[in-house]
Order: sequence, then C-alpha cells, then structure tokens
Amino acid sequence: MKSLEELKAIRDKARERIAVREESGEDGIRIVVGMATCGIAAGARPVLNEFVEEVNRRGLQGVSVTQTGCIGICQYEPVVEVFEPGKEKVTYVKMTPEKVAQIVTEHIVNGRPVQEYTIGSYQK
Amino acid sequence: MYRSQVLVCGGTGCTSSHSKEIREAFESQIRDKGLDQEVKVVQTGCFGLCALGPIVIVYPEGCFYSRVKEEDVAEIVEEHLLKGRIVKRLVYDETVAEEGHIKSLNETNFYKKQKRVALRNCGVINPEVIDEYIAMDGYQALGKVLTEMTPQEVIQVVKDSGLRGRGGGGFSTGLKWSLAAANEADQKYVCCNADEGDPGAFMDRSVLEGDPHAVLEAMAIAGYAIGASQGYVYVRAEYPIAVHRLQVAIEQAKDYGLLGKNIFGTGFDFDVEVRLGAGAFVCGEETALMTSIEGNRGEPRPRPPYPALKGLFQKPTILNNVETYANIPQIILNGAEWFASMGTEKSKGTKVFALGGKIHNTGLVEIPMGTTLREIIEEIGGGIPGGKKFKAAQTGGPSGGCIPASLIDTPIDYDNLIAIGSMMGSGGLIVMDEDNCMVDIAKFFLEFTVDESCGKCTPCRVGTKRLLELLNKITKGNGTMEDLDKLEELCYYIKENALCGLGQTAPNPVLSTLRYFKDEYIAHVQDKTCPAGVCKSMLKYSINDDKCKRCSLCTRVCPTGAIEGTVKNPHKINTEKCIKCGACKDACKFGAIEIH
Repeated sequence: MKSLEELKAIRDKARERIAVREESGEDGIRIVVGMATCGIAAGARPVLNEFVEEVNRRGLQGVSVTQTGCIGICQYEPVVEVFEPGKEKVTYVKMTPEKVAQIVTEHIVNGRPVQEYTIGSYQK
Repeated sequence: MYRSQVLVCGGTGCTSSHSKEIREAFESQIRDKGLDQEVKVVQTGCFGLCALGPIVIVYPEGCFYSRVKEEDVAEIVEEHLLKGRIVKRLVYDETVAEEGHIKSLNETNFYKKQKRVALRNCGVINPEVIDEYIAMDGYQALGKVLTEMTPQEVIQVVKDSGLRGRGGGGFSTGLKWSLAAANEADQKYVCCNADEGDPGAFMDRSVLEGDPHAVLEAMAIAGYAIGASQGYVYVRAEYPIAVHRLQVAIEQAKDYGLLGKNIFGTGFDFDVEVRLGAGAFVCGEETALMTSIEGNRGEPRPRPPYPALKGLFQKPTILNNVETYANIPQIILNGAEWFASMGTEKSKGTKVFALGGKIHNTGLVEIPMGTTLREIIEEIGGGIPGGKKFKAAQTGGPSGGCIPASLIDTPIDYDNLIAIGSMMGSGGLIVMDEDNCMVDIAKFFLEFTVDESCGKCTPCRVGTKRLLELLNKITKGNGTMEDLDKLEELCYYIKENALCGLGQTAPNPVLSTLRYFKDEYIAHVQDKTCPAGVCKSMLKYSINDDKCKRCSLCTRVCPTGAIEGTVKNPHKINTEKCIKCGACKDACKFGAIEIH
C-alpha cells in the first residue's frame, strides 16, 4: 500500500460488493420484483438481475432491489413494484430486461415514472 | 453483482451448533438451483445474539433467521432465495411486524439500546476478506495518522477521548501510551492481550473472530504513537477460530502492505506476530503475559518497573486489551469528542458485556457506559426465564463481585462498580435468580482462582486455598460465626499482600457476597440450611407419604439403594446412604420427593 488514494480505490470498489447489506431505511426507494411461480415462469429472474446490475452500474445509493411472492395479477407477470417514500406505489407489468434501463433512468434517477409500462396503460 | 447475500454466523457459538455445515449446505444448494451467480454466501463473525444461534441473515431484506438447522436450508433456498417468500417459521419472532412485514433488527429489544463501536463489523463483514474491512473504512485511520498526524497528536486524541482499558483495571489508554512514548529506547513493543480467561466472557474472542483487522490496525496506530515497530498478539490456543482468522488477517495485511515495511510510503515499519498461550488465567496479568511471550513460565513479577519503562524483553512496552484496540480506529476517524459524547463523566464510550446465566437473551451486547443493570437485564436481556425473581448479577468474573437486586438501577461504569464492591473486569455479566446460593457462587469463583493461582506468592497460593477451605466448611454445615470473621479478615489480608492482580482481586467474590448476602452465610452457619437449596450437604430428601403412590420407581432409579420400599408398601429414604443426587425427585411423577 503506497498511498491513501490506493486504499480509497479499494474501499470504493469493495463497498459496492457489500452495499446490499446496508439497510436502505425508511427513506430509500424499494424496487420489488414478483418472484412467485407465475413471475418466474414469465421471466422475472432476468428482470430482477438486470435491476440489480443497473442500480449498481449507476452506483445509486439508498435503492434496494428485493423480491416478493405472488402479487395476484398473474396475467401481467413479470410484475415490478416501485415504492418511494411519500409517493404512490408504481406497478410495472409485462416487464422485460430491456425495459429496466429506461425505468431506472427515468423513474428512479429522474423521478418520472414510465407511464407506458405501468399497469394503468395495460388495463385501458 | 449479487442480488442477494446470505450471511452465516461463523463465531465460535454458532460454529459449535454446526453453522459451518449450514454454510456449506447453502453453497451447494444455491449452486444446484443455478443461483450461484445471483446469491452469495458470506461467513461472518458473531452477531451477538448467541442464544438464538445458528443465525443466518439474508440481504437485501435483512431477514434474520434464528436457530437454523441444516435441514432448513433447502426450504430457505427454495422459498426465499428462489421465490422471494420469507420462511416465517424460522424468522426471529421479534422482527416480524404486523401484516407479516420484516422489521429491522435494530428495532428489536436486544439491539435497540445497543451502540456498536467495538463490535461494529462483527456479523457484518467476512473477517477473512480484507477488502470487506476496507469497505467499512478499514485502515483509513492508519492512513490518516501516518500521513496527517504526529505521534503526539495521536496520543492526545486517545487521551481526549477518555478511553480506558477494557480488560480490567480501566487505566487511561492515552496516558499509558504517553508514558511508553516518553521513554527512549532502540526498540519498543506493542502487545495485545487476547488472553481472555474470565469464565463467561467472550467479547475479545468475538472481536478477533469477527473483525481481526480492527485490532491489527489499532496496534499499528499504537506502534506509530509510541515509536514501536513490532507487535505481539497473545491469544489463547483454546480459541482456534480466532487464531486462524488473526493469522489470515496478518497475511492479507502484509500482502497489501498495510503491515510490514514503509507503510503508505511514509517510512513507518510495523509487524505483528501471534503468540499462543496455553490457557493459564494468570497470563492475562500484564507482567506474566510478557514473561510468557519471552518464552518463560507465565508468572508475574513485582511492579515497578512498569511495562512502559521495562516491559517485554526489558524494553518499553504497551499492553492493551482486544476490545480497547477495537475502539481506536473509530476514535481516530470520528474524533475524540464523538467518543467522549458517549458514556458517563469518567467512563467514556461503550462497553461490551457477555450476558450469561439465568437470562433469556444470552450473548454479547455493546452498550453506552452508564446504562443501568435493569435496562441490560430486563430490556436487552429479555428478563429471567421461568418467571423467577432476579437475585444478583456477577460482573468482572473471579476478580469481581455480585450486585444485589437492590442496586439494579445503578448506572454501570468503572467507578460505580468499584464503589459497590465489584469491578468491570473484562465484562462478563452473569445473572442469578432465587435458585442461586450466594455462598456457593463465592465458592465457585474461589475454586477457579485456587486452580489458577500460579503459586509464586504465598498470600495467593496459600491464602486462597484457606479461603476455599473455610467456604467448604460453611457450605457443609460445619461453619461457626468465628469462621465468618476469619473469612473476612483473610480476604483483606490477601488483597493487601498478593503480588499481582489475580491475588489482589481473588477475594472480591467472597467480600461482595459477605457484604450483600450476609444473611445467607448466617443461615448456613446458624440454621445449617441453604436458603436457595443448592448446598447439597444441607439438604435432606424425604418422601411425602400422602403424595406417594407406592410405585417404587424411585427405589429403582436410586443409584445407592438408599430408598427402601416395595410396590404397594410405604417408601422411605435412608439418609445415611442418600447422596442427594436428585434422581428420585426427577423420576417421581407425583412430586412426592421433598427437599428441606
């Protein structure tokens, strides 16, 4: 170890790898992927993994990606719900890994839900 | 990138209940399900709540599974990791909120009042991966002192923080360092006392097992502060996991150049070696410990000269305990004021206690100094099992004393404990209920010190033996009132004349029980009874003829044939033959065996 900068570089890299162990707390954004049999069969797993990758790629703080059981709208799987403190829950349906980057950019980072992928657009 | 991480406790407690097999089962089943690119299994140090072990925490949910068995792993992998359904039956019930949501661990009674400084990384990082320690700001403090601070400034920060030795006496750590720094020498040493010997105390083991780099970093900081280039960790061989992780940590730190030559390019050299102790209690005493590191028989020597002047190999040396060191990097990073803002006027910071005995949540807790005994026992510890009444708490192990129920609201710090006749010691805290006999407790600790006395000085070698003989006499029902006076007199004599801390504090368990529970001693002497029903010689077993159904079961289980009687005829215990083992009482289905 020759310098503090070298140590800090190791720290920043290592931190990403254990960030999942930090509790995002009450004020964090939660991205919840439905991972029941219906979700998995419809392809929820690649969606979940893509969210994990994308959130990490952008180094977002206070955002957690978790899974849950069946939400009850199996015909719309894969279903992803985004919980933001103080805001209405947003439900994305018929998700694919390709839609993930757009949702992270527009919704998670810029705070504008991607209307066309939400359940509201599908039910019309 | 892993979407989920499974943390499995690898502390000694959970390891002894098969956490290693559980970890391996997770690894193989996660592989079988094809999840090994998504879910990572991590071995950590102790989470503290040992009563509920083996413990598994799954992130990002922070789901706390307790008492996990190997056969539960398949269900957790299938349900939780694959399908996202938390296995409720295994979740620590305090973390399950209404509507089935999982609450944060920090909201449970056990963790709520805790403030983890020394234990901050225990159970959070993998102790065998240096990068995880660095991720938690590890070695930043060392970098800071080497590049930005003078040795004097480092010592001043430690002094200002008010940190006192966590291993026993509570001497000011900063003062200790400044004394060693002031002595000129061609070589100085930094030693770490990991010879944890108090029955029931295991916080040092937990720190070494859960966060070994924190100790190494602190020792390097101490080396810079006093001008030493060599450190030794003296750890007992009975702690194989701690020794292994320490050695792994030293290797990794050397690989990264965080130990060795020219650290951070500043020209500062520091190396650490491990020395194994064979487990003699006296080797926790500083002069005996250093004698043992030198390769000699572990016996204390008179002080002065103090180690700060002539310690290891006759060179200026500082010796601090594991927990003391674990606080140092945090003090450097967060400042003296931060540390001094916790605790009481003369006892700053936090202290780790090993909760044991008659209490629900046995385990390790770290709390700010000044927390009351009531908060520790009733809130954090979850109270006493079986609805029994709290009688006393024993702190400080064989050097400490008992705190009676009347003093349960005492804020715990160094000075308050001394004032009530106990001491902090290393932080063992054994809770006792109405079924514990205080004379018997004193006897238990005396047996320990008699065993562990090194024999060098007469007051300890002979004095403690005579004390034990007196206690044996009293618990056998042969004591006299004069014996009680003799007991007290001998205690003071040993305290004043023994060579080292072991002997000087050995009478404390007797003195403190005499002080608060004299009536129990008197009951043993005058009434020849043991009020708690513990001291066997004073117990008399008899059969209540009204309850006895004459089944003769007791006559068959009695190992000495002391019970006379056949089926359908009255039974009687021959007290001459009875060894009071209690086998008949356990066997009797009608509660007919009575003890007086």
